[in-house]
Parts: sequence; C-alpha cells; structure tokens
Amino acid sequence: MAASAAARTSIGLTLRFHRVIPDCSKCPLYRLKSCTSNRANPQRRSSFNSFRTMNRHLQTSKCNSNSEDPDDVVNVVFIDRSGKRIPVKGKTGDNVLFLAHKHGIELEGACEASLACSTCHVYVSAAHFDKLPEPEEREDDMLDMAPMLQENSRLACQIVLTPDLDGIELTLPKVTRNFYVDGHVPKPH
Amino acid sequence: LLKPYKSVCIVGSGPAGFYTAQHLLKAHQNVQVDVYERLPVPFGLVRFGVAPDHPEVKNVINTFTQTAKHPRCSFYGNVNVGEDVSVDELQEAYHAIVLSYGAEGNRSVGVPGEDLPGVYSAKDFVGWYNGLPSCQELRPDLSCETAVILGQGNVALDVARILLSPLDALKKTDITQPALEALAQSRVCRVLIVGRRGPMQVASTIKELREMVNLPGTRPEMVAADFDGVAEALKDLPRPRKRLTELMLKTALEMPTEKEQERRKKASRIWGFRFFRSPVEILAEPGCNRVAGVRLAVNKLEGSGEKAQAVLTGEVEDVPCGLVISSIGYRSLPIDPTVPFDSRRAIVPNSMGRVHNAAGLYCSGWLKTGPTGVIATTMNSSFDTARSLLEDVESGKLDVSSAKPGSHMISSLLEKRGVKPVTFSDWEKIDDLETRRGEVSGKPREKILTVAAMLKVARG
Repeated sequence: MAASAAARTSIGLTLRFHRVIPDCSKCPLYRLKSCTSNRANPQRRSSFNSFRTMNRHLQTSKCNSNSEDPDDVVNVVFIDRSGKRIPVKGKTGDNVLFLAHKHGIELEGACEASLACSTCHVYVSAAHFDKLPEPEEREDDMLDMAPMLQENSRLACQIVLTPDLDGIELTLPKVTRNFYVDGHVPKPH
Repeated sequence: LLKPYKSVCIVGSGPAGFYTAQHLLKAHQNVQVDVYERLPVPFGLVRFGVAPDHPEVKNVINTFTQTAKHPRCSFYGNVNVGEDVSVDELQEAYHAIVLSYGAEGNRSVGVPGEDLPGVYSAKDFVGWYNGLPSCQELRPDLSCETAVILGQGNVALDVARILLSPLDALKKTDITQPALEALAQSRVCRVLIVGRRGPMQVASTIKELREMVNLPGTRPEMVAADFDGVAEALKDLPRPRKRLTELMLKTALEMPTEKEQERRKKASRIWGFRFFRSPVEILAEPGCNRVAGVRLAVNKLEGSGEKAQAVLTGEVEDVPCGLVISSIGYRSLPIDPTVPFDSRRAIVPNSMGRVHNAAGLYCSGWLKTGPTGVIATTMNSSFDTARSLLEDVESGKLDVSSAKPGSHMISSLLEKRGVKPVTFSDWEKIDDLETRRGEVSGKPREKILTVAAMLKVARG
C-alpha cells in the first residue's frame, strides 16, 4: 500500500507539474463561481474527474510546495463525526472539500463539487458563518436534502478559504442512523 | 505474513454495494471484499435510474471505480446470486455477506385496467430510456397527446421532464438511441402528475420541481383551488418543505412577469400537478384494447403535514389520456429462500443492517430500508451496515477465527456451472467502447443495450 501511495504521490506531482490537472482553486473563474468546466466537455470532464478522484488525498492548491507564507495560511479545524478536532493549515483560495480530502477527513463528495448531492454537508462555526458569501439557490436546494440541517449548515464544496475565515471550524454532522427498521430509537448509553 | 483475511461478499454493485465496500476497505486493513453483480455492468441505479440529464449525479461512479480497483476488492459481474450460486454457498465461502441488491420490482397500483397496453411502470419506463437490458422491448406508445403519471416523487418528475424536454437537450445526454428516436416522434404534449394528497405532501424535491418550472418550451397548468390554505400553513413548515411549497405556490398562483407570460404563450407543452386524486380504474374505449383514460376518485385530507391521510369523498372524475405511467414506488424481491424476507414491507428484516435470525448476513441500501432516498441516503445507510459488521468482527459476534475460501470456491463452482464472471477490467472494455461510440454523436456514452452484446465486448 505504501509503495502504491508513493507512486500516486509522484504521479500527482508530475501531473500538476506538467499542468495536466487544472488547479481550480487558483482560477478566478472558479472563485467567482463562473466556472463552467463541469458542463463544458463531458469527455474531458470525465477523465479530469477520474484524475481528481485518484488524487483525492493530495489535491489542493500549491501542494507541491511546502512554503507556508503566513499571509496565505488559513487555519481550519475539522471536527469529525466522533468529535475529534483535526486542525489543518489551508491557504487562501483552497476549496474546503478538497482540503478535507487532502487530510483524510471523512467527508464524501459524491458529485465532485457539482451541487448535485449533499454528502459534503458541514456545520460552520458561528463566528465565521456570516463571513461566507450567501449560498446560491442551487446550494440551498441541495442543502434541503441533507439530514440534520441546521441554521449554520453549508456544503463544504462551496466554501473557498479567504484570510477572514482564519480559525473556521467545520463540524461533520453525525448522520449515523441508529434507528431500527420499525422506528425504535435505542436509548443512548 | 499477515493475519488471515476476513472475506466479505457483497451482492449488488449499486451505490449500496460500493459504499459498503468502501467503508469496509477503509476501516480494516485485512478485509477482502468481493462484489457480485447480476449484470455484466456495475453501478446499478446510478447507471440505470439517474436521469440522463443529471450527469453530475453520476460523478459518484468515479468514487466507485476507485473502490473497485482497490487491491483488496474484486468485481464479479454476470453472476446471478440465487440462480448461479446460492446464498448458502456464499456463506460457506465468506465470513460475511452483505445483501445490497436493491429493489427491482414494482409496486402495483392495484386497479382494474392496469394491464392495458399503454400503461407502464415508471421503473420500466426509466429502465427503457436508460438502457436497462430487461426493459429494451418496452416500446412505449408515445402517439397520444396527454400522459398521466401516478405519483409525485422525483421519479415521476424525471419521467415528466424526459417526456417534455426539448430534443436538443436530450441529444447530448446518455439517453439511449432508441429512446431518443421514440421521443423525437412523440406527440405527448401534456403531462399530468397525479397524487392522492395535497401540495404539502409531494414527495419530490425542489431541484426537480425547479427543473420543471424552468423547462424550455413548457408551461405549468395547476388547479388554484388545490392550494387553498397552503399560504397560511407556510410559516410553520420546516425549511426544505417550506422552500418547496413556496415554489409550488408561486408557480401555481402568482401572476407571472411579462417576460414569463410571453414565454408561456409560446410554450407548446404543458405540465401540471393534480392533487387529491386516487386512481380507481384505468379505462379503455369499448372494443379497443388500449388505455383511453383514468378514473380518479376525489379525496380530501384528514390531518396535516407528512401524516395527512387522503380520504375518499365519493366523487370521481375521468381524465382522458393515452399513456399512463405509475410512479408509486419500487419494491424489493426475495432472491433466495434461505434469506429472511418481510413481504409486507418488501425488505429484508434487519436491525442496523444485521439481518434478523441469520448470522453472517447483513444488508444495505434499499433492500435494508425500503426504496426511498437518494445516493447520499444510501451512502449513510451503507456506512451504518459496514459499521455494524465491523463491530461484530471486533466483538466476536461474527466468527472470523478460521480462514474462508472466498472467491476461489465460488469461481470454481461457477466454472463447473458454465458461468463466466465479468471482471472489472472486462467492464472497462465495455465502458471504453460506449464512451467512444458516444463521442461520434456528442454524447457522454452510447450504451450497449443487451447482455449478449455486453458479454461479447467483455470477452473480446
């Protein structure tokens, strides 16, 4: 497993070096939510997507550089489903879903950031929730489908890091369905 | 060198199967997961259920592909569990079985005339336009003007949308070529989506409703009286229901902008919800063996919200139409007599994915919870089942103390029976050919439509 992971890492770096995998988080179209590449060329999209999935544990912005320019760093804390706090350093422009994948956080992105599912649903810390731009209608439509929706719910694939989000905490909803088929709810112990 | 593998067999390669596999592989270094699938091609309803004009929903296939190619995962297509190999034999070969074969049957409406030509289940209609081999002979008759869809969930809206979408929009999707040709000849220009209860009980969701409202070339036609009392009830609704109901109210009652009025005037196709109506009979012209209309009983609601019940008032009304599509739910079927099955609810009885009275048997997806929910719902349910299984390994409830023969045993059984499984790389040949064929016509893929043709490519 280690050997293949190393091979994937080097493939990922090589592909980014040769600009085969576009780095969406740096593109102004993406940041302004004007990117239409998901709809553009389906053939290219599907091969692009398989590269993105293959490298899901590695892809974020500038990850072939270890520079930690303090002006760029945005500190993020993920709180996983067991309550464990996982602090990570992101950078301005990072897409939070891909940042989570880079750090092995258990946040699915079934539709790969195309606003066609709600599997990257997170709760945003109160102090930062209002700093996020308003969700577009399509995000709200998908959020409506997410179990355990709260006032501070957002889809992680729509959150792009900016300096004023430093310290943001993103909690993964506890979506375990510990319900019996007949509706019986076991008492917590 | 390592501790012996725990071997798990998963029956069904749709989202339930793959998400369960994903979770098992990630959580445990020593689990070998073998996924069995009846068709030569994987992915279940992601391939055969998700609408052709919803390609982003199908992105999840990339995740499933990654799982299938995991070193400790193997895919065996073209294997019919229940016919080619029994669940008992699988239990001999594997430490645990996870049944995730979904719901391939229909709920029947249960009214006279249901078997008339021109009446189809939504499951079969969707299977037809999505290339499910068993539905390719459907040849639905689209020569009438009015279609009635029974049921108001997302599948009903998908069917309505595919019936009324401009052909240009469909041409660039992975809808099958025969379906595209049939829709090009279709005269259907009015689709009524009928439900027993009211606007606040529709099972569909806002994304799909918005797509109907915005469907080019169409205009909505609703009955204003159906919305009495709805505006007043809005403020108490939870957010998802509230937003959905607001959109319906706006579409049904609000005076459209001038621009929208213009658009509606030019629209040649009509769609609308009809509420408080239950089918009691499907009618034919005397002497003619074809559907000519639906007799609908008029209901009133008792109670409110999700629990409201439709109660007959005694009135009926007849709606002329030439096409009826019943979209009232899928239904799981039992595939092996040794597996417990609750035929009332059409699920395998279980608690958190552990099948009742059946050690070593688990279930996930629609077979476990019933046939509702989107991919995300199934994902959560599958992760739960995987967690139950892993807990049982941990606690010793699942006996993994002795090694099991796994796929070696099953492969030789299958060989003796003349069954040749399709591997994942065989599927990739099919995938590759479909994609290349699609490129010719600007489609993501041109699906291969028969099992025989799929096998030919797989073996080639």
